[in-house]
Amino acid sequence: MKNIALHILDLVQNSARAKAGKVMVSVTEDTANDRYLLNIEDDGEGMEKDQLIKATDPFYTSRTTRKVGLGLPLIRMNAERTGGTFSLISEPGKGTRLEACFVMSHPDRLPLGDIDDVLVLLAVGLPNCRLVYVHKTAFGEYRFDTEAIREIIGNIQDSNMEIRRFLKEMIIENLKEIKAEP
Amino acid sequence: MNKIKSLDDLKQLREGMQAKIKLRETAGNSENVVRIKVAMSTCGIASGAKEIMNYLMDELEQKAIEAVVTQTGCMGYCYAEPTIEVTVPGKDPIVFGDVDKFRAAEIIEKYIIHNQLVDGILPVNYRTIDN
Repeated sequence: MKNIALHILDLVQNSARAKAGKVMVSVTEDTANDRYLLNIEDDGEGMEKDQLIKATDPFYTSRTTRKVGLGLPLIRMNAERTGGTFSLISEPGKGTRLEACFVMSHPDRLPLGDIDDVLVLLAVGLPNCRLVYVHKTAFGEYRFDTEAIREIIGNIQDSNMEIRRFLKEMIIENLKEIKAEP
Repeated sequence: MNKIKSLDDLKQLREGMQAKIKLRETAGNSENVVRIKVAMSTCGIASGAKEIMNYLMDELEQKAIEAVVTQTGCMGYCYAEPTIEVTVPGKDPIVFGDVDKFRAAEIIEKYIIHNQLVDGILPVNYRTIDN
């Protein structure tokens, strides 16, 4: 994947497939400790221990349409090659929590990418799932919550181009305000 | 400095277009809409499915074609990503592979609007005389 945003787009769909009702995504720029943290937490089905061990194996997948599953191995590789860490914790019936930690100043650390696009696409594409995105920097915090948006405009799936463009601009401006790394 | 956009601004925007949205909601319930599924798994995303989905949503709306664009998982055609499945009302779904913006425009223009077939169909649901 070219950037963190695409990884988020990919991984949140794992949560959706695990029938999660709520997915919490957070990106934390911890400049003081030179850490860039991506955290994804869902309340989906979770995984048994043996499945959890196999999850980052590129030749394991829960799908039947193909024999490889690269979503988790790719994020793990991207985190570890910056000298960072990766962890996946899961409990059947409770949910799954993914934590990828990048070394922020490392040249291989992926850029954030067009997170505005990704959040709006997920909001439109997963009508039964509440998505919360929190971006933290040294200058503040921005929170994007599909629940708050649904309260105002109803079903996001029926939204038109004008609303989608507005949402994207809102995300970009708010991230700029807290000086989020692009 | 400009004020940053907030949810209050969204409320105002929404109130301003209330009438327009109602119209869409009633129309969207009928069966007579084009349905497009964009494959958005790891393979699709890595090949640029996000851009295609954005493009399709905006382009269909601009052309005022009643359509529902949704995302789906991998259909097993990773070699041909981005792939999209187009269902025109009254017809069997067709899966197109290797869709870039140029091909997406072609599919809208030729297949959806003018009902002509275009290249690049994946043999997912070909029917033969035997079955």
